[in-house]
Amino acid sequence: MLPALARTLLPTLVLLGLLAAWELTVRLAHIPAYTLPAPSLVASTLVANFGSLAGSWWVTLRVTAGALALACAGGALIAAVFALSPTLERALFPVAVVLQVTPIVAVAPLILIYVESTTAALLLCAWIVAFFPILSNTVIGLRATDPHLRDLFVLYRATPWQRLALLRTPTALPYFVAGLKISGGLSLIGAVTAEMVAGAAGRDTGLASRILEASFRTETPKMFAALTLLVATGVMIFWLLNALSHWLLGPWHASESSRLL
Amino acid sequence: MPMPTTATPPLVRLQQVYKQFASGLQALAGVSLAVQADEFVALLGPSGCGKSTVLRLVAGLDAASAGQVQAPAMAPGTGSDTAFVFQEPTLMPWASVFDNVWLPLRLQGQSRRAAAPAVRQVLARVGLAEFEAAHPAQLSGGMKMRASIARALVTRPRVLLMDEPFAALDDITRQRLNIDLLQWWQGQPVPMAALFVTHSVAEAVFLSQRVLVMAARPGRVVAEVLIAQPYPRPADFRHSAEFASACRTLSAALADAHDSAAAPVPASRPPAPVRA
Repeated sequence: MLPALARTLLPTLVLLGLLAAWELTVRLAHIPAYTLPAPSLVASTLVANFGSLAGSWWVTLRVTAGALALACAGGALIAAVFALSPTLERALFPVAVVLQVTPIVAVAPLILIYVESTTAALLLCAWIVAFFPILSNTVIGLRATDPHLRDLFVLYRATPWQRLALLRTPTALPYFVAGLKISGGLSLIGAVTAEMVAGAAGRDTGLASRILEASFRTETPKMFAALTLLVATGVMIFWLLNALSHWLLGPWHASESSRLL
Repeated sequence: MPMPTTATPPLVRLQQVYKQFASGLQALAGVSLAVQADEFVALLGPSGCGKSTVLRLVAGLDAASAGQVQAPAMAPGTGSDTAFVFQEPTLMPWASVFDNVWLPLRLQGQSRRAAAPAVRQVLARVGLAEFEAAHPAQLSGGMKMRASIARALVTRPRVLLMDEPFAALDDITRQRLNIDLLQWWQGQPVPMAALFVTHSVAEAVFLSQRVLVMAARPGRVVAEVLIAQPYPRPADFRHSAEFASACRTLSAALADAHDSAAAPVPASRPPAPVRA
């Protein structure tokens, strides 16, 4: 009883404590709102501007979710191709590495020039950041099959397709999920980074351009309000992916049988 | 009592088999052995004497460098004539006990529904009827091994190859599984040859009709000991004078094998059977 309660109570108390300390510091030190707004002010700004912020939030959410979905599909698909053809892997993996190591902030302006649709450009940027963890994890997972199980599949003369579907894919699943958890956060980072570079151009602008816009006007509380929504989005993605991981791996994988969260 | 005879051709036969790995390691040097279709044969020897390599050759998982290997696994077909039980249970952790046992039939194209009667029957025989929905992580070591053996038996194989399957289990579980294994072996609807690798003298004597003693570096068969006790063998066979005497004979043969490993004998020397 106590450990279960402490597990949710403790982080909540810590969070509330931090917010209270923040609020008190701002009030007692008379810090002006344009330097550091108090949490209460951020909250009221968020409520007051929610109508306009919600539209931008929706834009960022769409790009993030779209990029993550494409990263899943693309990462897993490329990994499967690599697993089936080591030659293709040797040929193409360096390209994936080049995409991964190039800082997205530096490439985003080019992508925005080359790709006409801003939404498509944002999606592409976020995808480039997000797909690599899924790809590299799934490639490792597809190779991590138990050697004795592999023997068994040889003994019973399984087809390459049976081996992929019944042995390699389930073996790779925990690795894929681990990559997905990393990619979830990265797709948000990629989306926001690309939005930052895109600036306030275009009609549908995401939360990042609202932050930029507010910073030009020194509307610090509004910056924090938009930031709060971004943090909430990140935490939401984290929770959703953890739930997905539990649903997929819960019955059998060690990573889910001794969960701390 | 089933004895190796020359009247029927053996189901498994190795003739002057050599195996050298890519690393240069000479695993087997001139191994010859034969197993009849209804025989239970134990392969006994120290670690690294090539016992497991013999099993892998018989299963068709490795190819001999020289010599002849005849076994059902060499024939075309679905491969379901040969079953392999490893030292680890080697179950798919993501699949239920039922799905694990279904696997060999599934790889032959049998649907879950079509395979269900055979799977349930063999699960009942190994005592796991109530655990078909469980995942391997929920089972004890002995139960995992039962599931692994069920998976091996479900295709009604003609050859059952076992590579120290009970070595990692506690002694009580191991003895229980030895008794059960003999029942399962005898209860198969079609005769099944069993080739059982172990480094336990007592296990080899309790289970088999014939024990082939191997020596290491390079691996070869150096002695053959016949265990006269007929099947079914009662659990107290373990406490009989015959058992003790067979163990003594076998231990002596094993000690000889160990000594001869230092000074290699000509690999092709045919071992003279010893009656325990």
